Amino acid sequence: MKKTMTTSKTGKKKRSQWGDIWHRLCRNKLAMFGLFVLVLLVLMAVFADVIAPYGYDDQDYSQMLQFPSAAHPMGTDNFGRDIFSRIIYGTRISLQIGFISLMGSAVVGSILGACAGYFGGAADTVIMRGADILMAIPRTVLAIAIATTLGPGLTNAMIAVAISSIPNFARVVRASTLTVKEQEYVEAARAIGASNAHIIARYIFPNVMSPIIVQATLGVGTAIILAASLSFLGLGIQPPVPEWGAMLSASRSYMRDYWYMVTFPGLAIMLTVLALNLFGDGLRDALDPKLKK
Amino acid sequence: MLRYAVKRILFTVPVLIGVTFIIFTMMYFTPGDPARMILGDTATEAEVEELREEMGLNDPFLVRYGNYMWDLCHGDMGSSYVTGLPVTEEILARLPITARLAVLSCIFSVLIGVPVGVISAVKQYSALDNITMVMALLGITIPSFWLAMMLVMVFSVNLGWLPASGLYGWKYYILPVVSISAVSIATFTRMTRSSMLEVIRQDYIRTARAKGQTEQKIITKHALKNALIPIITVIGIQFASGLSGAVVNEQIFAIPGLGKMMVDAIKARNYPVVQGGVLLIAVMFSILNLVIDLMYAFVDPRIKSQYARKKGKSR
Repeated sequence: MKKTMTTSKTGKKKRSQWGDIWHRLCRNKLAMFGLFVLVLLVLMAVFADVIAPYGYDDQDYSQMLQFPSAAHPMGTDNFGRDIFSRIIYGTRISLQIGFISLMGSAVVGSILGACAGYFGGAADTVIMRGADILMAIPRTVLAIAIATTLGPGLTNAMIAVAISSIPNFARVVRASTLTVKEQEYVEAARAIGASNAHIIARYIFPNVMSPIIVQATLGVGTAIILAASLSFLGLGIQPPVPEWGAMLSASRSYMRDYWYMVTFPGLAIMLTVLALNLFGDGLRDALDPKLKK
Repeated sequence: MLRYAVKRILFTVPVLIGVTFIIFTMMYFTPGDPARMILGDTATEAEVEELREEMGLNDPFLVRYGNYMWDLCHGDMGSSYVTGLPVTEEILARLPITARLAVLSCIFSVLIGVPVGVISAVKQYSALDNITMVMALLGITIPSFWLAMMLVMVFSVNLGWLPASGLYGWKYYILPVVSISAVSIATFTRMTRSSMLEVIRQDYIRTARAKGQTEQKIITKHALKNALIPIITVIGIQFASGLSGAVVNEQIFAIPGLGKMMVDAIKARNYPVVQGGVLLIAVMFSILNLVIDLMYAFVDPRIKSQYARKKGKSR
């Protein structure tokens, strides 16, 4: 959803390049399917109040632990809350975490990476050694440690997920910046007296955009899973907020007898991540036709 | 080669020191007073203050970090707020369990992922290839803790074939390892397939065909050997994913490993244990990456020669 907006917006300015990419993307059926599911999920998140038959925290003690039926398509949980409605509201949380945290780490990571690549020397050493240090801790463990420091909650979970993916962006952007900064147009910009900040913003960034976009789309899925894992461990979003990982965590004591409590939130995570990955793969191929085999 | 190895090993040291600094800083800023944690709610303010002084909690940040590093160099990671035992002891008791899970899942995913990827590449666009690719795509998207829960539900609760929790024999390893490995199997399959497809199109494969080499030998001897090089680098990342998977999934299977210890410690605000756990995982991961980098340089003659040339120039 977000990606189509940027493509069409910039498409007007530089019709040929972005138009081409959009055209190539349209021919990829799997990517289009991913985009379609993504649009549906975003609509679901936006219109959750209208679509969901019940509120996410409406407890009905006469309807506890009901198996899926016409009234409750995915059954009800131990508080008599409608799981279907909770999953629909959960779309809001998961998409928010995925997109906002990834956007944050993309911005911070890209700026750091571009600075490291462009200035080289001490800046490069400091930034990249910092990235090495963060990357020496497996991502999930790093996110767990950060979430411990910050405490539970939606914002803190987002920050934990965001920080843990900054080094990846920094690395990718630095590598691309190193090639871009040797180009003649950067030299030309420097010759006419453009400032470093101006060169990075206007000449480097537009040309390292495609790896950032690819990394970001594929990263949103990972971010959603990571946030769900945090909530599952009780370190992320807390009940009664209908986060899918937190729902799975709550369903653990009921998995023996109530299969639907465990099944549907997991399917929701999987479907969302699948759509994001299909779209991200397609976008990668569309942005770099040479990569396509 | 030796100089590369020494350089690479020396490079790991500052990274690990950086890791200790970051972990120490994070735990330093974590809310909660350790002295109050140990003494409980009944202790008076004066008693808490006395313990704070005794534990060095009132020292400035850098002094505390210095003391922490000094102790660490002597193998002392502090003692658990809950049990009072040295953290090193607690961690070393649990480390083998988590390490075993991560290593098993790494081996398991290579054993399944690589052959499946090779077959998929050789039979590109066949029905088998398509099914494999769909499965691999699902494998990458499935959250491993959810897969673990579903496996328990099917194989333990409904079918009763495998135990759902604990760790008392080989049967208890099956579900944890499978659930942790799913992502890695899928990644290895996809990597091997694309790597093989690239290699199969190379000139030396055509040469091998032209000289009448059997197809089986071409695949196993000529193609696979070269296709495996990029896959070696992925092993490190997959080991990390195995470790992370183990950390989360130990909760589901009630396995007394590092992950369960850390999550329990976080809930009890037992920070020395968390600190030690994260540090040890980072050390394991760094050492593995070191070994892989060295292996990579050893296996790929291009890296070796590149380094040899550089060495020649500098002289």
